Amino acid sequence: MNDIDRTLVLRARGLRKEYGRDAGLVRAVDNVDLDIGGGETLAVMGPSGCGKSTLLHLLGGLDRPSAGEIWLAGRRVDGLTERALARIRCVAVGFVFQAFHLMDELTAVENVELPALLAGRSPREARRLAADLLEQVGLGDRTTFLPAALSGGQRQRVAIARALANQPAVVLADEPTGNLDSAATLDVLRLFESLHMAGQTVVIVTHDSRIAATADRMISMRDGAFIDETSLTGGTRGNLADLAGLGG
Amino acid sequence: MQQEMVLAMLAKEPSHGYQLRARLQQALGPAGDAMNGGQIYVTLSRLEKAGLVTSEQAAGLPDRPDRKVHALTAAGQQRVAEWITDVSWPGPGLAEFHLKLIAAAAAGLADPLAIVGAQRRELLRRLRDAQRAAMAEPEGSEAVLLLEGIAARLQADLRWLEACERKWAGRKDRS
Repeated sequence: MNDIDRTLVLRARGLRKEYGRDAGLVRAVDNVDLDIGGGETLAVMGPSGCGKSTLLHLLGGLDRPSAGEIWLAGRRVDGLTERALARIRCVAVGFVFQAFHLMDELTAVENVELPALLAGRSPREARRLAADLLEQVGLGDRTTFLPAALSGGQRQRVAIARALANQPAVVLADEPTGNLDSAATLDVLRLFESLHMAGQTVVIVTHDSRIAATADRMISMRDGAFIDETSLTGGTRGNLADLAGLGG
Repeated sequence: MQQEMVLAMLAKEPSHGYQLRARLQQALGPAGDAMNGGQIYVTLSRLEKAGLVTSEQAAGLPDRPDRKVHALTAAGQQRVAEWITDVSWPGPGLAEFHLKLIAAAAAGLADPLAIVGAQRRELLRRLRDAQRAAMAEPEGSEAVLLLEGIAARLQADLRWLEACERKWAGRKDRS
């Protein structure tokens, strides 16, 4: 397989993840093929239990597939050793989780700089980078706050800044607005929109249609498989006036 | 009563008026309780005048509206096909969309899951537009609240479409 398209950031073929055996066999991810281009925002939607989180874990190397192949930034990653995989996870993938997963005893800026330190940057460089990222997500005045002193939306913005610390090839987000109220959701949507404008490749799995609507492309998943795929970049036939009840 | 609803109930096969009424009652449940029994005959006669429906008197029976067998004309079939692919929103009420899925499945005109998928695409695009507009509003804008309302309604509609998808996917699996 030498003909991999270099513009693809993520590519999966025949991806499967199975749990249990015999009658109890569950195919959490069932023969999925996926191509994600550079700068693309992809949303994977489906009911809980459809396998979308498992898919995200496989793509990001948090979990190993039962079968299938994964390329990340042109490199085959499904057969890597645990050590090599950990390295790739650290430098090429940024994760955002529903429950934020921040370190409670570290300040915002310490949380954000951690991946950069783990990737081998100097403390000074990592701190400068982290401060810049917090500025970008609108938390330049909160760098020394502990997570407990931040709102849910602010914590998720810290988590997004942390995901960006090593300029990853792809940001993988699992229900990033799942724990947020409407106003905080809008802040996070705004942030994903700005990542998109900046050319960041993003994969979001969610059942929140608001965040799915920010994507270029939406895939519907059920029982471990893709059942529908659609581009969302086209224009609409409706307009805001009709939806607001001002239509003639 | 919406003409499309009656046309849709006729899409499966030519029927008597009382059969159409029974199908509508079954599909709509308590939401259709307010439906007046005579409305369907009024709608049928309008559709006939418009050339979308023909009716034939069953032989040897008295001339009463419920003795007639109604069928779609070619123009009527055309109208139903257009109606099924129409994804405008919020124009159609919930009942109309619901009947669209039932009619499409009963008459084999389209896969209900494909109809749900097309409608969802359309709503997601609108949600995207509403959100972009909300994000573009300056801080403290009053209009954001209206845009949030639009987004909240679209979200609710999208949740209902998910329920429609689950229901029809389940029927498909069993068949």
